[in-house]
Amino acid sequence: MQRRKSIIVLIVILSLTTLAGFFVYPGNAVSNKLPWHLGLDLVGGSALIYEVDLSNIDPAGYEEAIAGLREVVERRINIFGVSEPKVTSAKKGDSYQILVELAGVDAEDAARQIGATPVLEFKEVTFDENDEPVYISTELTGRYLKGADVAFDQYSNQAMVTLQFNDEGATLFAEITKKNVGLPLAVFIDGELMTAPIVQQEITGGTAQITGGTGGFTVEEARNLVQSFNAGALSAPIKLINQRKVSASAATDALNDIIFAGLIGTAAVLLFMAVYYRSLGLVAGLALIIYTILSLAVFKLVPNFTMTLAGIAGFILSIGMAVDANILIFERTKEELKGGHSKEQSIEEGFKRAWSSIKDSNTSTVITAIILYVFTSSFVKGFALTLGMGVLVSMFSAIFVTRTILRVFMEK
Amino acid sequence: MIRKLLKYKNIFLGISVLLMVGSIVAMSVFGFKLGIDFTSGSLWQIEVPNASIEDIRGVFSEKFDIDEINIALDEGTNVFSLSLRELSDTERQEIMGVLKTDFGSNAKELDFWSMSPVVSNELRSKAWWAVGLVLIGISLYITFAFRKVSKPVQSWKYGLITLLTLFHDVILPAGLFSVLGKTQNVFVDINFIVALLVIMGFSVHDTIVVFDRIRETLMHQTGRIDLEEVIDQSIASTIARSINTSLTLILVLVALYFFGPGSLTYFILAMLVGTIAGVYSSIFVASPLLLMVGKGRKEA
Repeated sequence: MQRRKSIIVLIVILSLTTLAGFFVYPGNAVSNKLPWHLGLDLVGGSALIYEVDLSNIDPAGYEEAIAGLREVVERRINIFGVSEPKVTSAKKGDSYQILVELAGVDAEDAARQIGATPVLEFKEVTFDENDEPVYISTELTGRYLKGADVAFDQYSNQAMVTLQFNDEGATLFAEITKKNVGLPLAVFIDGELMTAPIVQQEITGGTAQITGGTGGFTVEEARNLVQSFNAGALSAPIKLINQRKVSASAATDALNDIIFAGLIGTAAVLLFMAVYYRSLGLVAGLALIIYTILSLAVFKLVPNFTMTLAGIAGFILSIGMAVDANILIFERTKEELKGGHSKEQSIEEGFKRAWSSIKDSNTSTVITAIILYVFTSSFVKGFALTLGMGVLVSMFSAIFVTRTILRVFMEK
Repeated sequence: MIRKLLKYKNIFLGISVLLMVGSIVAMSVFGFKLGIDFTSGSLWQIEVPNASIEDIRGVFSEKFDIDEINIALDEGTNVFSLSLRELSDTERQEIMGVLKTDFGSNAKELDFWSMSPVVSNELRSKAWWAVGLVLIGISLYITFAFRKVSKPVQSWKYGLITLLTLFHDVILPAGLFSVLGKTQNVFVDINFIVALLVIMGFSVHDTIVVFDRIRETLMHQTGRIDLEEVIDQSIASTIARSINTSLTLILVLVALYFFGPGSLTYFILAMLVGTIAGVYSSIFVASPLLLMVGKGRKEA
């Protein structure tokens, strides 16, 4: 009776594992339903942490400012077509940080652009006694910009940037142009003089056109500028305080190395178990393979889980620990056999009596993993998560799965 | 010999004491080389064919005025690992440009990591918190696990001895890394702290297995108790599983050490040394200590 039940359970476990195997192994229809999220250290890319300078912002508006900042940063990254950028913010004590993760190799340019706000200024021009131009700042800046676009001069076909001001900006622009009819008006981007056309008449529509400095803009330059303007200005200054950059080739090497090392390690454990515990060891080995596949599937199902190099390392360590429960059980079984019990009895006793040691010994690792997960960041978090969850799943596989297999194949 | 291990307890304890004293001396003489995640700065991996460590040092010192720089070279791949002060993005590009003009355009960067003091301070304080909490968590757990035995050795003494073996297991890799820091420029970073914590969590396993058996035997014992015999028996019957449970972990650690990615090498090494120290201490340190504590009480 019990045997029949065990056979059914084993069939369920095996089909589940097969399904999980397809789910885990990349490159098939089941697996593609929910692809692996690999960390930067496995695919290459940049991780950047910016500290936000909130000194000019009212404390009540912090949250809002941070949310706005995150949005602008995200838009700026999107311009560069980086796939799946991750932008998050975190409160650290009294200050705020913006965390940006960019996968892929082209991320570097994007990374540099995130902190760089293009500063747009309009300046009135007067001339000193040596006929040298003197620039006087006006109130009109990029803050009053509604949008920007690329246009082409109809005669020279030169690329230009057209700017659309908001209402406030349009009023300012009208005032400034009215005051300066017949005089040049200088346009600066990032402190660099772009153009200084002579104002022909008051401009009331709230649009302006700028051509590049000497030689004009290339189409590329004009487009980048427009995109930056449209992405908006940062609501508070940010400063890069930490960055991590991994090249794609180094990341791929690391991924291949650790998978290879993991396979070798697992094979060594399987071999050891089979040699030392014979048929019992083979059963434990089968349970270990089932464990490996099932726990990988569990990791993949955890929402927002990103597999990192450290995470894989933690998982591989858990493979080394997973058979511990089996070893405790089998040693106990051997003792019972020596005590004169039948094989079947000894195995059942082994499971029962080894439980207290198994529980005791795994608890301390789980405690460590939980503390590491809660109290640390990035590298350590991924490691702690896979190690802790691995140990928990292994208790299931080493006890439940092994026992089921033994019940099915044990001769009466 | 396995049946009567405690006869040799002075030799076993002697080896441990020697190694621990050695480690402590190394740490007080050499100290540690702290990684950039604790001190702030930059870690930079670059591949520069046809350049020597002196060449690279020359570029940094003559053209960029950076004299405090640590350079390690992997000769097989021509990959230099540099650790130096925090570099800005512009500086990094300028340096890369110079390297490309001097040593050919094949020079490329593989990995760059910079840490400002803000982040390293935060990491440092979090690391201390984690260490403290793991110690407290494990101690509480041991006290709880051994609450039922009190004869002939009180339960808290099991706990205390287990903590001593934990100390033993982390002090040995710490000593080793102090020496490696001096001789091989190996850094102690957040990974190292994590490795120590995992060692603690794992090495307590074996000690618990032996103590568990001693506890069980003691509970069933009636009449006169010969503690030495009980402990000897318990060790003899659990030694295979103590070694085997750690051996499986050691197997995967060895695989990771030799075949795994270079960035994890020292993380794995710390765990490997700690795990081996853990097997030793649970068999050859914890039990002899328990006997000494138990005997001491009888004589008093």
